Amino acid sequence: MYRQQILDHYKNPRNYGELEDPDIEHVGENPMCGDTIKMFVELADDGDTIERVRFVGDGCAISQASASMLSGELHGKSLETVEAMDRDDVADMLGVELSPMRIKCAVLAEKVAQDAIAIHKGEADPVETTTE
Amino acid sequence: MSKQAETLDVERIREDFPILEREFDGTQLVYLDNAATTHTPEPVVETITDYYRTYNANVHRGIHQLSQEASVAYEEAHDRVAEFIGASGGREEIVFTKNTTESMNLVAYAWGLNELGPGDEVVLTEMEHHASLVTWQQIAKRTGAECKYVPITDEGRLDMEAARELITDDTAMVSVVHVSNTLGTINPVSELADIAHDHDAYVFVDGAQSVPNRPVDVEAIDADFLAFSGHKMAGPTGIGVLYGKQHILEEMEPYLYGGEMILKVTFEDSKWNELPWKYEAGTPVICQGIALAEACDYLDDIGMERIERHEADLAAYAYDRLREHADVEVYGPPADDRGGLVAFNLDGVHAHDLSSILNDSAVAIRAGDHCTQPLHDVLGTAASARASFYVYNTRAEVDRLVEAVDDARQLFA
Repeated sequence: MYRQQILDHYKNPRNYGELEDPDIEHVGENPMCGDTIKMFVELADDGDTIERVRFVGDGCAISQASASMLSGELHGKSLETVEAMDRDDVADMLGVELSPMRIKCAVLAEKVAQDAIAIHKGEADPVETTTE
Repeated sequence: MSKQAETLDVERIREDFPILEREFDGTQLVYLDNAATTHTPEPVVETITDYYRTYNANVHRGIHQLSQEASVAYEEAHDRVAEFIGASGGREEIVFTKNTTESMNLVAYAWGLNELGPGDEVVLTEMEHHASLVTWQQIAKRTGAECKYVPITDEGRLDMEAARELITDDTAMVSVVHVSNTLGTINPVSELADIAHDHDAYVFVDGAQSVPNRPVDVEAIDADFLAFSGHKMAGPTGIGVLYGKQHILEEMEPYLYGGEMILKVTFEDSKWNELPWKYEAGTPVICQGIALAEACDYLDDIGMERIERHEADLAAYAYDRLREHADVEVYGPPADDRGGLVAFNLDGVHAHDLSSILNDSAVAIRAGDHCTQPLHDVLGTAASARASFYVYNTRAEVDRLVEAVDDARQLFA
């Protein structure tokens, strides 16, 4: 499960940090594990294309590596495309088989991004924290 | 390295647990998650199959032969469990439930909801399992009572000075875990019972992690209530036990209503059955209860004092070996004074990652909050890894654990 790429993203997370004036900002946690991920997104002028993504977080290698990889994937994507992503996309991105117990860790970042977008577009009621 | 203390004939015992021979990718299983659930020895499995093959019937309702056999075995199982924990009142003091949690809820609903009110206090400890912590917390909210928590010391023991101050004449119940499922602390429950009784409070002892692995005598402790689970002591799942002093169980109202728990029913009213059936509404856990009695026999044949020494040896060995590296933090009291488990963290590796990597070496441990989230807040970590031992574990298996932790250390270095 811990192939080199996952360990690398865990030890050297990409796009790690905060954005000062993001268009979208949301935090999620998995209370059973203590995994947390906070995402910051800046949109292009069209209000729909993701221009910059940053995240900060704490937790297991799977959750943090997943957030790091996703932060790269999101770049240049439309909000709609991100909303249409599912669990398989995360599994493909990680490139490993995940046991049912660890899926929650892997999909936290994706869920934070999707909830953030849904709240931003007014499709979902604002919640302070996404829980997985 | 792994010289076994010769307290138990582990090789012989392991023959009773074929599941331990399982291999994953050619590597033999090392099962160190016994605080979550223990495995079931052949005599207990045979008791279960024998029940279903030869005398399965509902109890207390049939005049026919099968029902009589099942009824007698089920009733005698209560006596056997009473004997196992030193309850001289016999079956009247032993209620079969689903698990420790249900035993706790039974008292919380049957006694707590009726007796607690504003101004009353329930004293718990910071190391309570959610089974008692959440239960009393919610019952307190509903009744206006207040929960107070005995803090732990830096060593992971109860601060008994604080306990003496927290337990007052306002205290109605002291609910305390006997052996912590996270810290491994063995709590002075008898001393706490004395303090509680000085203030006319009841004491509820959570024996989930003590009854399976050491001699527990409810009357020596002077516990008013004791709860434990069958599946953590070589028995099946689906069976828990509530011990209660007879006079208290007589005074308490039932928790569940229905068949079996009544003596006489009219359209207007009902009279309750005798103890312990008053608390066992509906068709009870017949097979599981009989199997639990067999598990008591199995453990007594090995000897509870010897099991206690065996577990203490393994816990001390694991504690010392894990701490050979400064990047491992083991929670709770020192090696020579703990129950048969060690919860720990490897610096820089989340407990879930650690458990996944250990699983690759066929080493089964638990990772998470172990149903003690508030305690983990006190410890300053969201999760920990926990290895817990039973009669069939060896020092060589602890070595396998330590080697797998080394693998994780290297992988994440």
